[in-house]
This record gives sequence, structure tokens and C-alpha cells, in this order.
Amino acid sequence: MIKGIFYFLIFPGFLFTAAMGCLSGWFDRKLTARIHWRVGPPWYQNFVDFLKLLGKEIIVPADSMRGLFLFAPVTAVIGATLLSVVLWQPNLRTDSGFLGDLIVAIYLSMIPALALIIGGMASRNPLASLGASREMKLMLAYELPFIVSIATVIIKNGYTIRLYEMVQHQAAHGAIIGSPSGFIAFIVALLCMQAKLGLVPFDIAEAETEIMGGPLVEYSGAPLGFFRLSKLMMLFAMPVFLITVFWGGIAPGALGAAVGLGKLLVILLVAVLIKNTNPRLRIDQALRFFWGPVTVLAVISILLTLAGL
Amino acid sequence: MSFLKKALTKSPWVFHLSTGSCNNCDIEIIDCLTPRFDVERFGVMLVGSIRHADIILITGSMNKKSVKRVKVLYEQAPRPCAVVACGTCSCGGHFFRDSYNTDTPVSKTIPVDVYIPGCPPKPEALIAGIVKALGKLDEKRKNR
Ligand code: SF4
Repeated sequence: MIKGIFYFLIFPGFLFTAAMGCLSGWFDRKLTARIHWRVGPPWYQNFVDFLKLLGKEIIVPADSMRGLFLFAPVTAVIGATLLSVVLWQPNLRTDSGFLGDLIVAIYLSMIPALALIIGGMASRNPLASLGASREMKLMLAYELPFIVSIATVIIKNGYTIRLYEMVQHQAAHGAIIGSPSGFIAFIVALLCMQAKLGLVPFDIAEAETEIMGGPLVEYSGAPLGFFRLSKLMMLFAMPVFLITVFWGGIAPGALGAAVGLGKLLVILLVAVLIKNTNPRLRIDQALRFFWGPVTVLAVISILLTLAGL
Repeated sequence: MSFLKKALTKSPWVFHLSTGSCNNCDIEIIDCLTPRFDVERFGVMLVGSIRHADIILITGSMNKKSVKRVKVLYEQAPRPCAVVACGTCSCGGHFFRDSYNTDTPVSKTIPVDVYIPGCPPKPEALIAGIVKALGKLDEKRKNR
């Protein structure tokens, strides 16, 4: 019982994910600043932002749906926490997973985006509902190639949908990313991750300069803080997802943790570089991009897998 | 509660509100974000929605159509929230003070905490003004 609470609330659940998420967010901001030839914020910036938002006034718009409006940010944080817990079980080499926890992880990774849609719609702001509808279209766009690329992994790992067995299989036969088909699938998943996290070429739903933060436009104080926290947590959890599924997971021990951190930084580095060198797409361009070339790539990787490459 | 004070003063999010400026003050505000001044070092961010703001930075001469909007925006901001008037126009009216379509200065419409005169003020002056506003922000948090 105590162990379970520790597991969900402290490590690798809420506290650990939130702290690592804030640090990943700092890595993103600092690297962006260095690319701009600026100094950038100090390492504790995201923690401070969150604490400040907790102390601000919470405004609930008069004609919003009060319950949903306040419930959505909490859901987002819970979704990100659960995703992290499910993903860390195989990485801590505890076989407490269950058949199909890969599928559960895919569903959990969608919850923060769904919560954002619900929260935006509940606030009854025209800009927020515009952002929510864009987020919904974006979800339709990236989920298809993402799931197809995960299918490659399932086939390559001997048709298993248990994360623990996937990690074991990769430990025995080498990481998925090492084979041509696996590498293509990894690139597809990386692009989908970029959209899931709402990083720049796909920040269509939030578009600060265009629709002022989209679904977040009416949020203030603690609920805003929770939404931002859930985004940061996803910024940590999604790379861990990709590492677990494609890149052999994170090995136990200090050396394993260091290597895992290296993998995390590499994935974040690629994401931040894509973010800083691309302009924002329109929603129809994003849809065409994901359903066209990216899905084709994902299907090619499945065919290559079936051919044994 | 010194860490609340620290949190508030280490991450001021600024909402930029133009009430009919000549756009020069606005350009100086953007200058503060450039590599030369880089206010993100201090956690300052320019936000798009008034609901996220800690500091409202007002530029311009407050024409009559803006008055109503500025009042609404001021009421929509989450407390604690400081108001900074940037530029001589919003501080005192400048050469628009006798104009038929302005209602200068800004402090006639909403309470202003910090004035940054200049036409336009230098980025250094703007940063100094924001730092003063942080002190006000903390007072407001205590009195809330
Ligand atoms: S103070 Fe000067 S620079 Fe600023 S808005 Fe007025 S006229 Fe323009």
C-alpha cells in the first residue's frame, strides 16, 4: 500500500515526472535561447513559474462550465502521471505490468491533449474553441502514423504488446532503432511526438501569436499552472516512451541511468532543433503532412519489417 | 512566505497593451527580448492573454475608443497585477493631451503603479521600470 502510494506520488510518479519535466522544459528554453544567441533563463525557471501561478487569483469565466473548466487541468496532470508510471515499470525492471500495457500507454498519452480540448471548449471563449478544434484535427492527424509506427515495433518484438517483454526482447536482440525498418519507424514516431507535445511546426492549437494560447486563453492561476505542468511532464514522458519502445529502454544502475539521460537529451535536442528551424504550419498542411508522407513512411517500415529487415 | 515573493518576482509575465501608440514604444518593448537585452534571463515573458499576466504594460495616448476596452482588460487581469505606463504618451499625454479624440493620461482611467517617461523610453529604462513594478507587485500580494 505504502509502496503503491510512493510509486504513484513520488517515484516514478508525480513528483519525479514533474521535476524532470521542468528540467526538460528548461533544457528546451535554454537551448532555444542559445540558438538565438541569448543567455536564457536559469535552471529553476519552470519551477518558479509554476509556484507563481499557484499564488495567483483563479478566474472562472462567468458563462463557462465551471466544473469541467476546473476539472480538465487536473485530468491532464493525472494522465501524464499515469503514463509515466506505466512506462517506468519496465524500465525499473519490475514485471508488474499486464498484457496490453503498451495499448494503455498509447491511450494515456492522449489524455493531456483531450483534457486541453475539453478545457478549451468549457471556457466558452471563441479563441479557445478555435484552438480546441485545431487540437482535435491535429490529434486525428498524428495518431494514425504514430500507431502504425508502433505496430512495426510490435511485429519486430515477436508480436508482444507488453512493455516489459519488449524491453527484454530488445535487451536480447538489440534495440529496434538499429535496424532500417526500426529507424524509419522511430523517425515517424519522433515527428508525431513533436505534434503531441505541441512544439513549433505543429503548435497550431496554441499559436501564441495568432490565437493567444488557444485553449488556455481563459485560464489563470493554478489551473493554468497545472496545464503547463502537464505539458512539461509530457515533454519528459514522451521521450521516455520512445526510448522504452524503440531504443532498448533505460537500464538499471548508475551507468544505465546516465546512458538513459543521454538518450533523453538526444531526443530533446532533435525536437528543439526542429522547433527552432521551422515556421508554424497551417492545420490543413499538418493534416496533409501526417496522412501523406509520414503515414507512407510508417507503412514502408511495416513492409520492411515483414520482409525481415 | 519569502518563497512566494521570490516566485512572483522571478517570473513576471508581461501583457502588452497598446492604446493607440505610434508603435515606437512597442518596438522598444520587443527590443528588450532581443539578444542584446534578453529579459528572459530574469524570467520575463511576453504573454498573449490578459489572464496570464502579472504586469500590464500600457503604451499609447489612450484614444476614446480604447477607454472602455482598457477598463475591461484591467478587470479581467488576475490579481496581484501591476500596471506600468510606458512612454510619455501614456504617462502624461505628450502632444496628444489637448487632442479631440484622446482621454489622456492613462491614470485617469485605471490606477498606474509605475511611470516610464521617454519618447520612446530606452530598453534600459523599460527594464528599470519593470524592476520597480516587481516591488509594487509584491506589496499588492501582501495587501491582498
Ligand atoms: S511616447 Fe512617443 S514613442 Fe511612445 S507612443 Fe507616444 S509618441 Fe510614440
